[in-house]
Amino acid sequence: MAVTDTTQTPKPDRSGDEGGMLYLNRLPRRIVTVYLPLGIFVFVLLFPFYWMAITSVKPNHQLTDYDNYSPFWVVEPTLDHIKYLLFETSYAGWLWNTMLVAVASTFLSVICAVLAAYAIERLRFQGSRMVGVCIFLAYLVPPSILFIPLALLVFKFGIYDTHWALILTYPTFLIPFCTWLLMGYFRSIPYELEECALIDGATRLQILTRIILPLSVPGLISAGIFAFTLSWNEFIYALTFIASSENKTVPVGVLTELVRSDVYEWGSLMAGALLGSLPVVILYSFFVEHYVSSMTGAVKE
Amino acid sequence: MAVDADRIPRVAPAPAGLLEKVMSNRHFLGLLFMLPAAALLLLFLTYPLGLGVWLGFTDTRIGRDGVFIGLENFEYLLDDTVFWLSVFNTILYTVVASILKFGLGLWLALLLNQHMPCKAFFRAIVLLPWVVPTVLSAIAFWWIFDAQFSILSWALREMGLIDANINFLGDKWNARWSVIAANVWRGIPFVAISLLAGLQTIPQSLYEAATLDGTTPWQRFRYITLPLLTPIIAVVMTFSVLFTFTDFQLIYVLTRGGPINATHLMATLSFQRAIPGGFLGEGAAIATAMIPFLLSAILFSYFGLQRRRWQHGGQD
Repeated sequence: MAVTDTTQTPKPDRSGDEGGMLYLNRLPRRIVTVYLPLGIFVFVLLFPFYWMAITSVKPNHQLTDYDNYSPFWVVEPTLDHIKYLLFETSYAGWLWNTMLVAVASTFLSVICAVLAAYAIERLRFQGSRMVGVCIFLAYLVPPSILFIPLALLVFKFGIYDTHWALILTYPTFLIPFCTWLLMGYFRSIPYELEECALIDGATRLQILTRIILPLSVPGLISAGIFAFTLSWNEFIYALTFIASSENKTVPVGVLTELVRSDVYEWGSLMAGALLGSLPVVILYSFFVEHYVSSMTGAVKE
Repeated sequence: MAVDADRIPRVAPAPAGLLEKVMSNRHFLGLLFMLPAAALLLLFLTYPLGLGVWLGFTDTRIGRDGVFIGLENFEYLLDDTVFWLSVFNTILYTVVASILKFGLGLWLALLLNQHMPCKAFFRAIVLLPWVVPTVLSAIAFWWIFDAQFSILSWALREMGLIDANINFLGDKWNARWSVIAANVWRGIPFVAISLLAGLQTIPQSLYEAATLDGTTPWQRFRYITLPLLTPIIAVVMTFSVLFTFTDFQLIYVLTRGGPINATHLMATLSFQRAIPGGFLGEGAAIATAMIPFLLSAILFSYFGLQRRRWQHGGQD
């Protein structure tokens, strides 16, 4: 099968990076050039999760005893760490806080972004191109430059150590992203639909809610889940603007409250990391395609 | 044009009020629609950005308003060895991690672009490290890099490659490589999936034609894949460099800048001086010092690769 290939090319065919010519590659070669590296990649990328999961169900005496118990497996798995986490720490409260903040800031951002993207892409008011570029530049401003002045601002507004501090600051990175994403979606909706509606006497708001939004549901879902994930994962603002234990989010809570200086309770730490990851992973598993399209869509624009 | 059509039937009834007239003006309406987003962004993004630069020129501390002190913060930082160490670390971290992320990400993208069973499944699980909160996966790495009970040390010892446990986060250079490894682990999926999307837009017929012309796989990669992928590489790597340069979470979890400031990045140093240290002015000065680096990184990676796209566009 590979005869044609080898007669044309003196060098051995290392990688067939084109599906249409699959027949040029024999299976043994594909195992070495494709499946083996891919297997290593997948193993390395997933191992930390496996390690996280297996540690969180190991009883304490097996945790560090690698000589008597195989570290990669667990005998007599236990739910003690998870029970401890949920009932003896504020973990459940942190989960609730994170959920509240993520949902609220996602809603706020998506609403603002829909209006802004529609205005930039469809109303084409004077200077809309400039505004579009500014929105993109706003996305490039990293939180690690903003957190110090924002901390002062949050303090002055009297929302320090409240959920509002996070709900109002997360849109700074969510709105630019969502707007940019939705602009791409709105662009793909034909103008003619809108013109018809205008002739029929619809107002712009009616056009937006009755025509544009129903047609861009996939885009809205992409923007929504992406914004939710970004705000669920946010750390530096939550670390800086929240002081009291009961207002913390999961990433901050796990790191600052579960880690005690003397003894690291790896079991409950890993359980905390695992449980905190689950909501976004579940969301992700339902909307894989939307994730991929929003990630690549934002990059391609 | 559409707006005019809108008005025609309403000419007859006289009370076409001012409000209605204004509401159908797209410039006004555009501004109205921009208002919520603009208000939030101006208040919480543009203003703090300016305020941050201003703070860098004051001696503000927590709980005390500062006064303008000119370049004093920056002069102090010029003589501060820890600051320069953090600059060195940040550049090392960004350059090494970005190169690794690009190389491995591109490789993974090429692998995932192959025809194979369960392609969608592989693509889905590969993205997992990027979906999970960085802090939480960093905690898992913290456990993997533990000085005494590291699973990596154990596995290497079982294989007979090392005699004693590796002190991953306690030794200067070990710590640097460890945090870079964790960053690369988290960054590969983003690069790979974005580049994969770019790969899928390249027409198969180009490869088929090139194969008939007797090209080697390397030539096909070099003269078809790479040039056509360059625009998307430019964007992806700009983002990657930007987020690596300003990284905070990973370092804060794994080392907090230690051992002896060996892994302090500019972002973590700025946090440490400003929030636990209380010197908001100095922290802001460090954050401000990141801006020129960021701008040059953006300009370099953007225009550096943009020009090649343009050259290639000329050949098309």
